[in-house]
Parts: sequence; C-alpha cells; structure tokens
Amino acid sequence: MKNYIKYIGILALGMVACEPEFENPVDEQGAYTNGEADFSNYVALGNSLTAGYADGTLYLSGQQNSYPNILAQQFAKVQETDLFTQPLVADNAGGLLLNGTQLPGYNTRLVLGVDEQLNAAPRNYGGAITTDVSNILSGPFNNMAVPGAKSYELLAPGYGSMEALQMGLANPYFVRFASSPNTSIIADAVAQNPTFFTLWIGNNDVFLYAVSGGTGVDRTGEMDPTQYGRNDITDPQVFAGAYSQLVSSMIEAGAEEGALLNIPDVTTAAFFNTVPNNALELSAEQAAGLTGYFQAVAGIFTQFLMGQQVPAEQAQAIASQYAITFTEGKNRFIIDVPETQTNPLGFRQMTEEELLVLTINQTALRQQGYGSAAISPEVMEVLGILQQGGQPTQEQAQLVLDAVNGIDDKDALDQSEIESISAATTAYNQTISQLAQANGLALVDINDLASRVDSEGIPFDGGVVTSTFATGGLFSLDGVHFTPRGYALVANSIIETVNATYNATVPTVNIGYYGTITPSND
Amino acid sequence: MVFVLAGTITYAGGYRVGVQGQRALAMGHTGVAVVNSAELGFFNPAGLVYLENQLTISAGVSAVFSEVAWQNESTGATARTDNPAGTPFYFNASYKLNENLALGLSIYTPYGSTVEWEDDWAGSHLVNNIKLQAIYIQPLVSYKIADFVSVGGGPIFVTGSVNFNRNLSRTLTNIEGERSNVTIDASGVNEWGWSAGALFTPTEDLRVGVNYRSEIIMNAEGGDADFENIPNTPLAPFSDTTFDAQLPLPAELTVGLSYELNEKWLLAFDFNRTFWGVYESLDIKFANGVVSENPRGYEDANTWRFGAQYIATDKLTLRAGYYLDESPVQPGYFAPETPRNDSMGFTGGLSLNVTSRLAIDASFAYIRFDEVDASYDHYIDENGQNVPFGGTYKSVAFIPGLGVTYKL
Repeated sequence: MKNYIKYIGILALGMVACEPEFENPVDEQGAYTNGEADFSNYVALGNSLTAGYADGTLYLSGQQNSYPNILAQQFAKVQETDLFTQPLVADNAGGLLLNGTQLPGYNTRLVLGVDEQLNAAPRNYGGAITTDVSNILSGPFNNMAVPGAKSYELLAPGYGSMEALQMGLANPYFVRFASSPNTSIIADAVAQNPTFFTLWIGNNDVFLYAVSGGTGVDRTGEMDPTQYGRNDITDPQVFAGAYSQLVSSMIEAGAEEGALLNIPDVTTAAFFNTVPNNALELSAEQAAGLTGYFQAVAGIFTQFLMGQQVPAEQAQAIASQYAITFTEGKNRFIIDVPETQTNPLGFRQMTEEELLVLTINQTALRQQGYGSAAISPEVMEVLGILQQGGQPTQEQAQLVLDAVNGIDDKDALDQSEIESISAATTAYNQTISQLAQANGLALVDINDLASRVDSEGIPFDGGVVTSTFATGGLFSLDGVHFTPRGYALVANSIIETVNATYNATVPTVNIGYYGTITPSND
Repeated sequence: MVFVLAGTITYAGGYRVGVQGQRALAMGHTGVAVVNSAELGFFNPAGLVYLENQLTISAGVSAVFSEVAWQNESTGATARTDNPAGTPFYFNASYKLNENLALGLSIYTPYGSTVEWEDDWAGSHLVNNIKLQAIYIQPLVSYKIADFVSVGGGPIFVTGSVNFNRNLSRTLTNIEGERSNVTIDASGVNEWGWSAGALFTPTEDLRVGVNYRSEIIMNAEGGDADFENIPNTPLAPFSDTTFDAQLPLPAELTVGLSYELNEKWLLAFDFNRTFWGVYESLDIKFANGVVSENPRGYEDANTWRFGAQYIATDKLTLRAGYYLDESPVQPGYFAPETPRNDSMGFTGGLSLNVTSRLAIDASFAYIRFDEVDASYDHYIDENGQNVPFGGTYKSVAFIPGLGVTYKL
C-alpha cells in the first residue's frame, strides 16, 4: 500500500518535469544556420535611424524596437550570441536634459493628440524629461548609433566630450555613453572586438540640408569638413574617405562580415510628401481675384522698369512672368527664389517636382495667404484704383508688390536643391555599393525599399505599409524617422540580404507585431 | 505531408475534461455499461440500482498536468504555457432503498480549462490566460423496471466561473509601451440541466448502456471587464465596464457495453458523441454596446473508448484502457485558448481493497497529442483586417489520480 503511494508520487513528479517537445524545435541550436557569418558579437554603427530614434527624439520603447535590437534577437535564434546592449535612455518621454535643464532643441516625443472636434495632430508629449546627458553610462554598447551624426563624425575624437558639448562641438547623445571624453565612435566600436557589423551612415550628410529646406550649402568640392555648417551637404569624396575608413576599421577589428545600408532618396520621406505643392485651393472668385492681383503686380513692375529707362517691350517681357494665372480648384504655391536679373522680384510659382516640408506653417498657408499673396484692405484699395484706370502713388504701388507672400527657402526644396540632394545621394550610394562589393559585405538597398514603400507599399498580414504620414506605418510623427514597424521592415531587409550573402537562414520577423504611431492626449 | 496532417488534425475535447472516476479512467474512461462503483452516478445512473451494497461512495481527485508549446518556423518565435495543475474531482454516493430503487448524489467537474501563456506572447491578442470552471451537482434516481432493464437520471445544478485575459491588439500600448489588455471575469454563474440513462442486461455476462447529459448554456451576465494599459486618447475608447457572454457546456450521448469474459476479466467499450456544434462563437457583449465576436465553429465530435479490468487477487484489481478523442475544432479555427488537439489516451490503474469496505482507487492517464500545424483565421484587427494566427503546436498531458470507494 505505502509502496503504491510512493510510486504514484514519483510518477507525479515525473509528469511535472515532462514538457511538450517538437520534432524540430526552432529554439534549439541547429534549427537555423548562420552560414559564413559570425553573429556572436554584433556591433551597429549609424545615426538616429540606427539608434531607434522616432517621433523627433530618442525614447526607451523606440530603442527597444531599433532595427539592430530586432536583428540581435533574430541572430540569437541562429547562434549563441553575446547579450546585445544599447545605451538606453531613462524614459518613454524622450528629450534631453543637461545638468537638470532641458537642452534646447531636444524636446519630448511627438504623440498623436486629439482635440475636442476629434481632429488628430502631432504634439509634444507632456511628460517630464528625465534623461540627463551628464549621467554618463558605462558601456560598452553594441548599438553605437549616435543620432545626428554625419559620416565623418564617427571618426572624430572628442565627439562625445562634455567639454566640447558645452562649446557646441560635440553630440549630447554620444556624450552619454562615450568611453572617454577623447574617444571616437569608431574607436569605441572597434574596442569591442566585433564579429559582425552593420553600418548605416550618410543620411545626415545630405538629409540635414534637405530637412532645413536647403538653407545650408552644397559643399561638393570643399574637402575640409571643418568648414561645413550643420545643414551643409558633405562632399562625396569626403564621404567616401570617411566611409571606407569606417568599413576597414571594422573589418580590421575582426568584423569580417557585415551589412552596409545605403541612403534612401530624400523625396520619398513623408516629411516632403505630406503638404502638396498644389494645396492652394481656390474658388472661381478667389482665383479670379488672385489672377487680377498678380496682373496688377506685373503691370506695376512694367511701369517701374520703364521708369528705370528699360524699353517698354523688354519691360513687359520681364514683368509678364509675374502675371501668374490661377484657376478654380488646386493651384501650386508661389515660392521665393533668389532675385536675379531674369527674375528681379525673386518669386515664381512652384514646379511640379518641388516639395514643401512637413513643418511648414499650414495655418498660414490656409489663412494668411502664405504661398500666394497677403492682400490687406489697403492693397485692395490700390487694386481698386488700378481697376478704374487710376494711377497709384509710388508708395501705393510698393504696397502691392510687397503683398506677394512666397514660401520661404526653409519651407521648400526647389529644383536646384533637389538636384544637389539627388547628386550627393547617388554619389554616396555608389561609394557604399563599391565598398560592399570590394569587401564581400552585404549591400542592403534601403533606397529601393523606401521607393517601393512610397510607390506601391509593402503588404503584410495586417495590411500594407505605405509612406503616408501618420497612417502609412513607415514614418513616425516627425515624418523622417521610422516607426517600430518601419524599423522591423529594415531589419527584415537586412536579414534577407545577409542570408543571401552569407548562406545563412536567419528568420525574419512579422512586422505586423510592431506598432506605428502612439496616440496620446497626455 | 504537413498539409495532410493539418487537414486531418482536429482539436480534441475542447474544454471537456474526461476525469470523472478513477476506476473508469483507468479503463479508458469507459463506464456507461460497467457496474463497478458509485462512479455510475456520472456514467450511467441507471446502473446504481445494481450496486450490491446498500451504500456506496466513490470520491477522488486528479491532477491534470497539461502543457502546450507553440512555435513559428518563419519568425523563430516560441511560447510555452505555464499552466497550474488542474484538479478535477468527483463525489458519488448511491443508497439502495430496495431491490428496484436507488437514490444517489453526484458532484463532478466535466468541463474546465486553465491555460496560461506567457504574457504578451505572439498570440496574446487571442489569449494571455483563461480559467474556466464548472461544478455539476446532481441528485439521482435509479429504478429497475425489469430484471434486464433499468433507468436512471436526475436534474443537474451547475455553478461556474470564467476569467479570461487577452491583449486588445497586436500592437496597442500605452505611452510606456505596455500592451493594452482586457480581463473579463464572471463567477457564480448558475444554470440547470439534466441527465438520464438506461442499462440493459441481455445475458448474465453482457451489459449495454446508454446515457445522455443535456446541454447547458452558461449565461454570464454583468461580469466585470477590466481594461489595463489603455493610452489616454479618444482614439482608444476603452474603460472598465461590465459584459454579458454565453458559454455552452455541450450535451453528450454515450452508448457502450461491457462483457465479463470470466470471473477475472471484464472488457468495456464506450462511444461518446459530444454535441460541440452548439459552440459557434464566443460573443462578449460589453455594456457600452461593443461586441467582441470570436467565431469558434466547433462541430460535434466523437470519442471511442476501450477498457479492461483484471481482478488479480482479493486485494488487487488492475485496469488498463485506451481512447481516441476526436476534435470539435475545425481547420482555421484553432484558437490557442483551448490548446488540446486530437489525442489518444493511454490509461492504467488499480484498486486496492484495504478492508472489505474500503478500497483505494488509483489511475493514471497519459494523453498523447500529435504535433500540428494549425491556425486561427478569424481574428479581425483594429483596422478591420483579417489576421490569421498560426504555427506549430505540441501538447502533452499527464493525469494521475487517487480516489476511494467505500461500501456499507
């Protein structure tokens, strides 16, 4: 009797230990292969896009959904790997403090707020910023990405120095986790003896120029980056020199396998595709009024030129470009351009390809004649005089000319700016592609991915990812950086390329499990 | 090959737990035609009148150790349940008033389920954890119409509870990135049903039984719905409320026979048909008018049971059995909240007569499930997209149990 009870007890214990086992368990070594790649110590280099930056800042859950972190989790299913570490910020609010005071320009994350009329729009989260740059983390960190970094800045000693930061010469994100004040990003990466790396750099070398509306300078031809301003385009040779030095440093450090990500075409970003250049919506009456106004501008300017002894015919030829006609419905905006001999007033209508930035004052566009003309009652009065064949005074004529309210340079990318951006991007991508080939590294065509998302979208089990602002799924609320779903898409793209390059079988993730934008009224 | 398997695999048992007597379970849970103990109160009350003693009591409890593993080969994602042991129990008493009439009382737990996945696992938009319980309490009458036929039956009072947690979607979180989820909880849900059976004894060695237990629809009304980690926005309008829901405990028809080969050997066979077809959808109606529809599409399912008993000595009786349990779940409806697929049960056990009045009954069941590639294809996400959830499932279950039989 006692024996039986003992047996039953033993049996019961046996059962507790018994677990269901698959014939081919995916969580055991051998389920997938790393091929010729060694993922055991993966180090990621890059900028904000690699850090997991989203919604205008770096916050905790964004970092957790960074593509390097997603990759590391998938690599760990293939091979025994070191723990993947990231320089995590303190909270989900985003923004940065320096010694308790908010760093200017480093605000909280954008969330989708909803007002009483149920209109949804991005706004800054109201939570407190608690990440202080002076709280220096001790690494090393596998994710070495530093938001805001340009290609050559990864090589710059002192880029993480608190002292230099206070002089505006360093990057607060690198100050947070640099191993010493004088180190460089690449030095800290190399010191980790990486076995595998990803490099996605160069975006800021052209993107900051684009996002500034082209207010910077295209520095092509200028070989000294210390001369560059923040919003300038890096010379392609300077980029190539920095980039090849980064790649060879990583390879020499032991990361013989890796993936290089190229630069997406800036014009595919929601930041430039959300406010259309023809959003000047007019009624027939408004169109006629505006056409009349610009005819008056042309007329006044003809008079002015003739007053300057310009022959009548020539004066009319020059001034006629300002007699812009508007029609009922959608019209392209008026944009300010540099004043030249052929365009002495310095404005014109936007062309089809030209772009407006997401951050443009849309209320001004809709209500204050921004992008066309700000016609005050005084201007109306002058127009009335003209209509009756009267002769306005010089002062009154000037009033009419001054009412032209073209879009500022900072709010638009004009054709020559787009050309500069495109030329630099193409040159950078050629360098990236050549270095990938020369070193047997995987080349991840993010440029192609971004254009596919933009043109047709990428289907997944919960719909289609598109580049539409806020709802498309790729872009976070800053219109430039990706959502977790967008970063998961990048991770999958890397995995597919790495698998093909190194005969590996790293499993991809289901991007449907990664969120997009965060609604919140907090 | 995988496709063939996927096509034929079905989910056994739903949330039916066939552990209503150690003696019966040891014989593959046969018993509609086995006159052995007061376990008949559950299996076929018509047989109570044939029990030899004036008072017979059978009571026992089992421990259900049941775990499920899930994996998805294309993403490398895995998950395992961490279920607490279930403890189905039974109490049966039969009192013989005279040769033709017996009265009885049975308490048993034929339906129940506890499944606990890791929170926020890949299928967390379908279920994080669920706990179902139903206790049946049934007074019984057993009457011998003639020497070769008896009938029995009685009303059933059921009291049950449910607690169910899942995430609201695959991605919705609060500002801190914590997944938005809902728990629905209802307890003290009471309903009525009945069961009736008949037992024929055409020859001295052969018995044939039939038993029917009615369907009982558990109506949870005014249960609590508790929403957690909801972002503060009119775009996610979820707040704590109450809910109504219905969960069917389906009817079950059993026919079977037992044959006494000789004084030592008894063979038994039962066929169950469980009318799962009633479980079409789990619809949760929240007080604010929102209805969560979760199609289940169950179909009636059969179980074939075989058992044998060998009286080794005066003191010791040995039993063994086998059953094949078909699933009510159809392809494309494989929801991870009831993760027990098509199974075969291998059972064994013994009775030890401690005294002439008291016996210890022990049983053991090992339930074998095939590995199965399956999916639930009826989840509609927040954008109205139909998002299937699939992968490979593998389950195991072990059920040791102990009971006593007391005769007076």
